[in-house]
Amino acid sequence: MLADTLRADFPLLSRSVHGKPLVYLDNAATSQKPRRVIDALVRYYSDYNANVHRGIYAIAEEATRRYEESRAKVAAFVGARRPEELVFTRGTTEAINLVAYAWGRANVHPGDEIVLTEMEHHSNLVPWQLLAAQTGAALKFIPFDGQGVLQLDAFERQLSERTKLVALTHVSNVLGTINPVREIAARAHAAGAKVLIDGAQSAPHMPVNVADLGVDFFAFSGHKMCGPTGSGALWARYEILEAMPPFHGGGEMIMLVQLESSTYKDPPHKFEAGTPNIGDCIAWGEAVDYLQAIGLDAIRAHEVYLTSYTLERLSEVPGLVVYGPRDLTRRGGVISFTLDVAHAHDVAQVLDQEGVAVRAGHHCTQPLHRRLGVSATSRASVYLYNTERDIDALVRGLHAVRKLFSPRPTPVHQA
Amino acid sequence: MALDDLYREVILDHYTHPRNKGTLADAEIKVEGANPLCGDELGIYVHLADGKVASVRFEGRGCSISQASASMMTEMIKGKTLTQVHALVEQFRAMMHGGAASEDDLGELMALQGVRKFPVRIKCATLAWVALDQGVEEFQATRGKVEAKASSDK
Repeated sequence: MLADTLRADFPLLSRSVHGKPLVYLDNAATSQKPRRVIDALVRYYSDYNANVHRGIYAIAEEATRRYEESRAKVAAFVGARRPEELVFTRGTTEAINLVAYAWGRANVHPGDEIVLTEMEHHSNLVPWQLLAAQTGAALKFIPFDGQGVLQLDAFERQLSERTKLVALTHVSNVLGTINPVREIAARAHAAGAKVLIDGAQSAPHMPVNVADLGVDFFAFSGHKMCGPTGSGALWARYEILEAMPPFHGGGEMIMLVQLESSTYKDPPHKFEAGTPNIGDCIAWGEAVDYLQAIGLDAIRAHEVYLTSYTLERLSEVPGLVVYGPRDLTRRGGVISFTLDVAHAHDVAQVLDQEGVAVRAGHHCTQPLHRRLGVSATSRASVYLYNTERDIDALVRGLHAVRKLFSPRPTPVHQA
Repeated sequence: MALDDLYREVILDHYTHPRNKGTLADAEIKVEGANPLCGDELGIYVHLADGKVASVRFEGRGCSISQASASMMTEMIKGKTLTQVHALVEQFRAMMHGGAASEDDLGELMALQGVRKFPVRIKCATLAWVALDQGVEEFQATRGKVEAKASSDK
């Protein structure tokens, strides 16, 4: 199995917690990092740390070259036509906010509509709430059905000439649903709207090609795909970036500054004010090389297998309910569940004691949880280095939870 | 850090068999508490007679710690004056934040002391208490029926 040979690449996976081997199943939150990515980060700071695009000296030139090489790698990773279509950000959240502020303020007007879905992460919801409040635009939400699948007939009815933007997640960070982005983008474009995709949960796990998807904006994070935290990007079609006003103002993004006004560099530099996150973005390029050497198809196939194994093993646990699609072709390796006898926080607490790291809570999707009718879920999410043994440990832990929270005899002193 | 410190038997007992669960139609104090971080929500209903807690109910959903703590709280405050309730809340919060605790005053609530070793769960234990205290405070400020909303301890 793929993971057996890869695990040794990740130093952290060999540690133990509470005296048990660590079983890391919170990959939807952040992934672990292979040694070569950690080394690349250390190499930047120990060998050629300098600011980019400025110094006329050897290490500044090396830093600039590697930073731009990394941009080209990340851009190619999602199928960009040219590196200049990729703006480095701190992560998906900042990338979406960039669009909401820079594109949104210039293009969204009173009475316009922005279509989102009921399954969005707060990072693809709150920026649009802020924009709507500022501009007088209205928000609409595509509902999902009992399997966590978007209801496209409702979407069709929501589209109109007032629709300026359709913004949705590629893969739900709770339900695991892979949304039919290509189809949604085609319908949105037919109505004259732009399309933004939150790719935080898709780019690390499956081949992504923005041209093939037919979208206008694609936001994603480096730290969920073996890169360092603080690395992320916005991809957008060059014409759109070119027409957009800047986001942050400052150094690095300007051509000519006068006291009253300035002219700006071309994309992507127009959107990268100040000293960028050089080291993390360079190390992210190393992560891209690592993932591509393995192959995104192979990673996706591994996760499909492991998701199927997980769903099967979880079905053995009494009182456990899994959310999201059953159809493995329509879901990623994010598996959220509730257990009848225990709250998600208690589940995660007991699992932690067994060395198993899962997420518990609303996973930054309060409206989605309200829609499911639960206040919190536990979430296991897999990546390329997880194995059946990890899932076996999870299931053993869940049986321990059941045992601990099994009903007590009725107390005699109860009123 | 042993799990037994957190999940003491008395806590699991209150969780699986919550006392005073429900609502009260004649409550003078009705307060809602929420922990936005984990989505825990609960409502507390207090009916007073002769200046003392005559009956109390709680409803809501949440983890074993928040539910057990609320259940234990309802048992502890029955028959107390609002001044005594406030004093108990203060003692409980002090214990949860590392202060000294006396078994004479806190009784089986002492079982929640173990939660201190799990910092992210302290808010679960204090949720009901913070809400109750706010309800009492607002009742005393208005001396009438109050409906209050509280969010968990900072």
